[in-house]
Amino acid sequence: MSASSLLPLLVLWPLAGGLLGLLLPRGAGPLLLGVSTGNLALAVALVDALAGAGKVAHSVGGWSTPLGIALRADGLSAVLILVAGAVAPLLALYASAAYAGRELRYFAGLFLLFLGALNGLFIAGDLFNLYVTLELLGLSAVALAALGGGAAALAASLRYLLATITGSLAYLLGVALLYRATGTLDLLQLSGQGPALPGGAVAFALMVAGLLLKAAVFPLHFWLPPAHANASPPVSAALSALAVKAPLYLLLRLWLSTYDGAWPLVAELLAAIGAAGVLWCSLQAVLQRRAKLLVAYSTVAQLGYLLLALALVPAAGAAAYGAFTLLLVSHVLAKAGLFLAVGNLARRAGHDRLDGFERVVQHLPLSASAIALAGVSLMGMPPSGGFNGKWLLLQAAIATGDWWLVAVILVGGLLAAVYIFKLIEHTFGGSDRPDATALPRRMEWAALTLAASAVGVGFLGQPLLRLLGGVP
Amino acid sequence: MSEHELLPLAVLATSLLPGLVIFFLPEGAVRVRSVLNLAGATVKLVLVAVMLWGVSRGENYAVSYPLLPGLTFSLRADSLALLFVTLSAQLWFLTTIYAIGYLESSPNRARFFGFFSLCVTATVGVAMAGNLITFLLFYELLTLSTYPLVVHRETAAARAAGNRYLAYTIGGGAALLLGTAWLYAETGTLTFTPRGFVDGSGASSPVLAAIFFLLVAGVGVKAALVPLHGWLPRAMVAPAPVSALLHAVAVVKAGAFGIIRIVYDVFGVEYAAELGVTDALAAVAAVTIIYGSLRALAQDDLKRRLAFSTVSQVSYIALGVAIVGPLASIGGIVHLVHQGLMKITLFFCAGNYAETLGLHKVSELDGVGRRMPLTTAAFTVAALGMIGLPPMAGFISKWYLGLGAIEAGATWAVFVLAGSSALNAAYFLPILHRAWFRAPTAAWAPVPAGVRAETALALLLPPVITALLVLLAGVLASVQYSPQEWATLVVRREFYAP
Repeated sequence: MSASSLLPLLVLWPLAGGLLGLLLPRGAGPLLLGVSTGNLALAVALVDALAGAGKVAHSVGGWSTPLGIALRADGLSAVLILVAGAVAPLLALYASAAYAGRELRYFAGLFLLFLGALNGLFIAGDLFNLYVTLELLGLSAVALAALGGGAAALAASLRYLLATITGSLAYLLGVALLYRATGTLDLLQLSGQGPALPGGAVAFALMVAGLLLKAAVFPLHFWLPPAHANASPPVSAALSALAVKAPLYLLLRLWLSTYDGAWPLVAELLAAIGAAGVLWCSLQAVLQRRAKLLVAYSTVAQLGYLLLALALVPAAGAAAYGAFTLLLVSHVLAKAGLFLAVGNLARRAGHDRLDGFERVVQHLPLSASAIALAGVSLMGMPPSGGFNGKWLLLQAAIATGDWWLVAVILVGGLLAAVYIFKLIEHTFGGSDRPDATALPRRMEWAALTLAASAVGVGFLGQPLLRLLGGVP
Repeated sequence: MSEHELLPLAVLATSLLPGLVIFFLPEGAVRVRSVLNLAGATVKLVLVAVMLWGVSRGENYAVSYPLLPGLTFSLRADSLALLFVTLSAQLWFLTTIYAIGYLESSPNRARFFGFFSLCVTATVGVAMAGNLITFLLFYELLTLSTYPLVVHRETAAARAAGNRYLAYTIGGGAALLLGTAWLYAETGTLTFTPRGFVDGSGASSPVLAAIFFLLVAGVGVKAALVPLHGWLPRAMVAPAPVSALLHAVAVVKAGAFGIIRIVYDVFGVEYAAELGVTDALAAVAAVTIIYGSLRALAQDDLKRRLAFSTVSQVSYIALGVAIVGPLASIGGIVHLVHQGLMKITLFFCAGNYAETLGLHKVSELDGVGRRMPLTTAAFTVAALGMIGLPPMAGFISKWYLGLGAIEAGATWAVFVLAGSSALNAAYFLPILHRAWFRAPTAAWAPVPAGVRAETALALLLPPVITALLVLLAGVLASVQYSPQEWATLVVRREFYAP
């Protein structure tokens, strides 16, 4: 198999699996595990192919741009496809124990569609296909969020739906403006042209606003905490770890490539909302009394770091670009592990109130360890992926002389320590409840594996940065 | 991979691997757990002995692994590292025996011993860190692995102490991280180098001074420098072996060791003195020494009195470091070992009184020497050592510190030392007087049938051994491989230009 034919397969394989999952009356568990594992194999093959070439491209059906569909993968695409591919089988493993029957079938179908859309987004070479994959991703995410079926989950996913559709529309409007001005949507052809185009600034503002809404970046995060906190654990994990990263990835591509990192004001704005998000939402996380809400607010706070890193790329270059990628990767792993672990605690206790976790450290030691390990990365303590990202971000901020950002990064880390230890402290307290239902072990192991790999990628900083390559 | 790369990793693994395995053992697997722990501790002792022998002959043991561009994970067993590694390997072995005896039949032992082993791993990592980033890594690991030990009892008081501990140490970690990141941005390197690496890096003096204070504030939290000491007396709710470990080997020592590394191997003591930062450090250390002793005087709770005594004694190390001159340096770093031996003895004994007779307060100790003569004898040796009486180990430390102060013309420091010794005497001698010379006020619990010693052997032997070490370190101070001789070797090799 040639390297470039990997690209369409990365989209088609999970999409086909997803459709099959929705149609087949049984066998959803094995299908989910098999397809997501196959997807991981494809992702590894892509990484392997890129390690030699640096870039891979494919024109669907042999039609070249502007007529055909171009798929392209560079280092960033490969890193993101790899980490999503690594998380998916563990979420599948967890889901196959947590769900049964119709629920498992729906999860399998929707999650694989979600995965296919995500892969497609990371390799789409033009703005329209980016829109299509973004839309498919958003809709499958909303459907997943509604899967729990409770009134709160339905209300939250309706809000989510509203936000994601509004965001898509704004983005699409921006794309239309660009198309009118240039007659092409291909990212390569548009490269660097954005700022000079008539209406280019308006198009940019529309697209960025739409993407920020979809990414639930502060102050547009209103829809995220209820949606993520009311979904069931594997869904929360998929949404928090993966779904919100896609719009930010797209934002990076648009701004750095199509708009060539233009307008200093954009960098300042991104840094400002990123910093505000880190501080405000970390504080919100500290104040929560429900564990899942705490974790959801932590997600919004961590997205703030990604914006900070992105904002510094034009000025600081490779350090900030590496910080963006490493923070993203480690947040994917840590947050997926954390949501699964907290889900385990909540399942055992029958609720997710912090003060009612009765000595889970004794009864679910693996989940408690998962919380601690994921916490290490989220706090940015060494050794962990989170620390590596934070270190590069600090270096970028010091190099550009942005000392206020240094302060934000450190204070954000301290607040993260407060909310993580709030979580951990409550696992030590309370009274015994030996009669509570036991959990299938693989639900604990899935959480622990994810959390441990968030720490483990702390030792893979060099290979990841090598795969990532320079700023595009 | 050659043996020179393998040995530092193996020393880490001897506590890391048993720790990880222990987490997954069932609670009831007491024997397997004890065997694992003791086997790990024994192998560590052997490996450390091999490295000691090698380093004294000029061998190098180092290994490194790249984390990020310009940033490496680096372990290096230089002579200073080995001073600390040897101390922690010995005391870990004894504390493990003690903890097995102390926690017999209490709940959650698997968790306890798991984190106990991680804690030692972190300490050894702190000792062997070859650069500031590796130091930071293990320093934070130490914070995380001691937290579960502090809250081990799971009571409200334990959790409050745990929160207090975290608030201080995580704040300290952030200061250390900022200092490290800033230093790297200014100098482009973080590798510990004999006599420092910042001189000639081109960074301006005020920036370097600011970085110095950030770094020292970061490690000063664990070293319990006043006013960053508030967590230490509260952490006394932890079980006695934890207190012993916290005070003698792991946490406060990691902080003190950090000060040593920062002054000698990052800045270089002479350059630090040029910057004027050592004077500030000396002042803080002097205040801490006196303040800790004064507070210790007023405590009736034995463990709290010992805790404030730790606050005071650990700053002897900082004081020795802050005074420029080889003699003061020897006094400072040899005290790292001596204070460890003495303080662990005192905590073992305090634990024995509490565990055997239920005595927690100084005022309850009347006549305890008759019921528990060996424990009280060990306590006496360590307490006299703390006061600085010859021929105990503590005398050697104070002797060198005093000589160093005079050599450097810092006569005020001699007064601080003398004042502190008087205060040490004032809070230790009344305990000894009560224990030996007063009549018991209450009827002691009878010695259990079948036990011939005054308490369980696992509790009795460790303090007796450490008390003997306190004596030996003093009497045989000038024998090869004694702490004092090794400290002299370190100072000559690494701290001052020949």
